[in-house]
Amino acid sequence: MDTATLETRGLNCSFGSNRVITDVDFTLRPGERRALIGPNGGGKTTFVNLLTGRLRPSSGNIMLNGEDVTELGEARRIRLGIGRTFQITSLFPKMTVRENVFLAVAECEGIAGKLLRSVSSHRQQFERVDELVHRVGLSDVAGVPAQLLPYGRQRLLEIAVALALRPKILLLDEPAAGIPTAESHVILDIIATLPKEIAVLLIDHDMDLVFRFAQQISVLVQGSILVEGAPKDIAADPRVREVYLGDSKHGRPAAA
Amino acid sequence: MTTVSASPTVHEVVPSAIIRLLKLLPWLLVAALPLALPGYEPLATQVFVMILFALSLDLLVGYAGIVTLGHAGLFGMGGYTAGIFSVHGITDPIATAVCAMILAAVTGLMFGAAMLRTKGLTLLMLTMASAFLLYEIANKATGLTGGEDGLQGVSFTPVLGLFAFDFRGKTAFFYSLAALFIVFIFVRALINSPFGWSLRGIRENDARMVAIGCPIMQRRIIVYVISSALAGLAGALQAQSTQFVALYSLSFELSGNILIMLILGGSGRLYGAFIGVPAFMFAQDLLAKQDPANWYLGQGIILIALVMLAPGGILGIAERVIDVIKRRRVRNGHRDS
Repeated sequence: MDTATLETRGLNCSFGSNRVITDVDFTLRPGERRALIGPNGGGKTTFVNLLTGRLRPSSGNIMLNGEDVTELGEARRIRLGIGRTFQITSLFPKMTVRENVFLAVAECEGIAGKLLRSVSSHRQQFERVDELVHRVGLSDVAGVPAQLLPYGRQRLLEIAVALALRPKILLLDEPAAGIPTAESHVILDIIATLPKEIAVLLIDHDMDLVFRFAQQISVLVQGSILVEGAPKDIAADPRVREVYLGDSKHGRPAAA
Repeated sequence: MTTVSASPTVHEVVPSAIIRLLKLLPWLLVAALPLALPGYEPLATQVFVMILFALSLDLLVGYAGIVTLGHAGLFGMGGYTAGIFSVHGITDPIATAVCAMILAAVTGLMFGAAMLRTKGLTLLMLTMASAFLLYEIANKATGLTGGEDGLQGVSFTPVLGLFAFDFRGKTAFFYSLAALFIVFIFVRALINSPFGWSLRGIRENDARMVAIGCPIMQRRIIVYVISSALAGLAGALQAQSTQFVALYSLSFELSGNILIMLILGGSGRLYGAFIGVPAFMFAQDLLAKQDPANWYLGQGIILIALVMLAPGGILGIAERVIDVIKRRRVRNGHRDS
């Protein structure tokens, strides 16, 4: 089973009296290239945190391949194939690029609990590590501690760590934040190397990136899905233009 | 330790063999100590035991990022286990040491499972409380432990049935040195294993470890149990080499001291324990000679200076010096070319 469908039903999440996510029904099918857009504070990151299990919903269900995973913790869901990157870079700062990726590979392949065999004897895993590091273009800094990398390259490492987990579903929370716009295509190039059956959900403010990437776009406004559709329909939708694109200076290239 | 490569060239083999021998050299030198400095065996044994204890603590503090002020609880658990077994007729040193490790590990598992759900200050307080709990139990159960008088009448049969614990402490010296060597090899393997790396990951960013699917609670409990067993072994060695178990072995003072020794040497560096323990004991001896009544003052000043000026301990200072030299060399190299 290499594919997975991720689904939410009647998902709600509130912090105190503040409802952040309201009755969201959402489906992400195998192989989809979906973008999630919406104004700041619209609940996008909260939604991702609900999907990965970092946050618990107030009500509603999250289904993976039709099975209810609402009660499963974050680590369990990751092992079931839901991978993610973080909006704010979250790495192991003092460990090198290779070590960062190795940690994820080791967890994914179930060798991370091994007590006495030296890491250097796990050659197969290191081959995968090097392949992943190469794929995101970080081979030249493989031995450099993550904290010494420029921010843009930390973002790429973040993606390598996520890919190391062999996700069936990949949630990219603003992967291009901090990467100069001219270079954000690197992210798309990396996504393009993924197996076709992996479902990818991209959250970003860079409309140029979103419209080049997505086959489908969901617009999340004030915690509910306002509209879903193909990029050209979304770009033409007057409600979307009003609440989001019209107010945003990023709107122009998208509409063009 | 394992070279898998097909056919290593002579060039590759010779240096690594020499390096391996060089790494053994300090151990051989220390083993030759009784020849050079006869009479110092009991003191050296004390140092070995404390290094072993500090090494067990380094797994928690330096690698897993679990700071504890109650590690003496597990040390004392091991010491009392070995001592009480001996008083009741089970006197084989290795068997009682193994029992001490098992009991300390079980104790560590019980406390760890309860405490490791918490982090930071809460965890620190709970570790302290756990050791206080054991201390009070040992203090009150005088029939079993001797209470404040300590456990008397502890004696052990010869190691492996061959080497009797002697007056001068030669047997205890080699016995504890051998134990320390084995534990060092074990800990070194552990920190270089995928498990050891995952501990570093948990220390650096536990939330991210969860997000790569790591069961961090389970890993933390495993390392806590391993560390407890090693602390218990150190406690047992102490009981066996001194033929006595004091309440001090469970005390907050010892928990604090061992943490200071480790930080003095440099935590998370494997060799920190080897540097910090002798340095601390030497300083303690020196300060106590200067002013027997107020030597805690000196210890306090050293501790403050250390935390303010050298958070990486003695090894941290050494690393910085080496770093500076390296950078200078690189700069000069650029100038030359």
